Amino acid sequence: MINEIILMNGYGLYVWSAFSFTLISFGSLFIVTKFQLLKEQKKFVSKFGSLSNEKIRAAKLQSINKEILSGNLISKI
Amino acid sequence: MLKFFEPNKIFSVTSKAPKYVLFLFVVVLSVGLTEALFLSPEDYKQSHSVRIMYVHVPSAWISLGIFSLIFFLSLGSFIFKNKNFPLICKSLAPSGFIFNIIALVTGAIWGKPTWGTWWAWDARITSMLILALFYSMYLLSWRIFENKEKAMKITSFIAILGAINVPIIKFSVDWWSTLHQTSSVNILSKTSIHSSMLIPLAIMTAAFTLFSILIFLMKYNTELIKIKNKGLDRL
Repeated sequence: MINEIILMNGYGLYVWSAFSFTLISFGSLFIVTKFQLLKEQKKFVSKFGSLSNEKIRAAKLQSINKEILSGNLISKI
Repeated sequence: MLKFFEPNKIFSVTSKAPKYVLFLFVVVLSVGLTEALFLSPEDYKQSHSVRIMYVHVPSAWISLGIFSLIFFLSLGSFIFKNKNFPLICKSLAPSGFIFNIIALVTGAIWGKPTWGTWWAWDARITSMLILALFYSMYLLSWRIFENKEKAMKITSFIAILGAINVPIIKFSVDWWSTLHQTSSVNILSKTSIHSSMLIPLAIMTAAFTLFSILIFLMKYNTELIKIKNKGLDRL
């Protein structure tokens, strides 16, 4: 039974390599995209932290800035 | 209606959506893989190699679909002068490119046991390769040109030029004698594929669509935060 699933009448190598390539591509793209997102979020939080109180108040008037900060796990502000 | 496409309005949705889309993607992909690898029947001619269809065909469909969407949005950005459309296009392109590469590679893997060759300069394969080149040019242009206005114009031009290739890919099997068979799944006419194979194909297509939505959302959020980072510098 297991052998049949793995070998697939001699086509196993082709089938499994096609599915593996697809899943590895998915995983790689997901990791790269997630890494880029986290990098930008971190940059945003550190920039936000270095602003003066007055500028923080001005920046927080934009709802999108609050959204970015609320979605960040490392946000201390 | 176009106000809906304003980044500030969109971000409240796009920032929360990825976790739900990821959950849905994992569920649908698990069902799709079980169907495609274990439950669907083997083909009477191609035997188990037919299972490659469940990753090859949805990838080709989605890469074509994403490029068509990029074309319409690029055209829209020219007509309506909407600055958010190029941002949506830029966020769509990476997943479109990856699906294009998956279609080419899995096609080559499928070609070896079916046609006896990894590669042939067949009209469908060649036009898909040209699409990959257009995707590469599109993505590289966003990286090369630092002036955003210039990058928007050039990438829109590439998308509009590349769109000429999309109907060529679709109808290449009808216009020329190719190794590829004519399409088995049709929206307007009769579908010649049995439901035992059509259902896994539909599930895998749904899973791949969810993955492209997930990558789009994450990429779009990254682009918006990049813009906001520049905004903070100007404060």
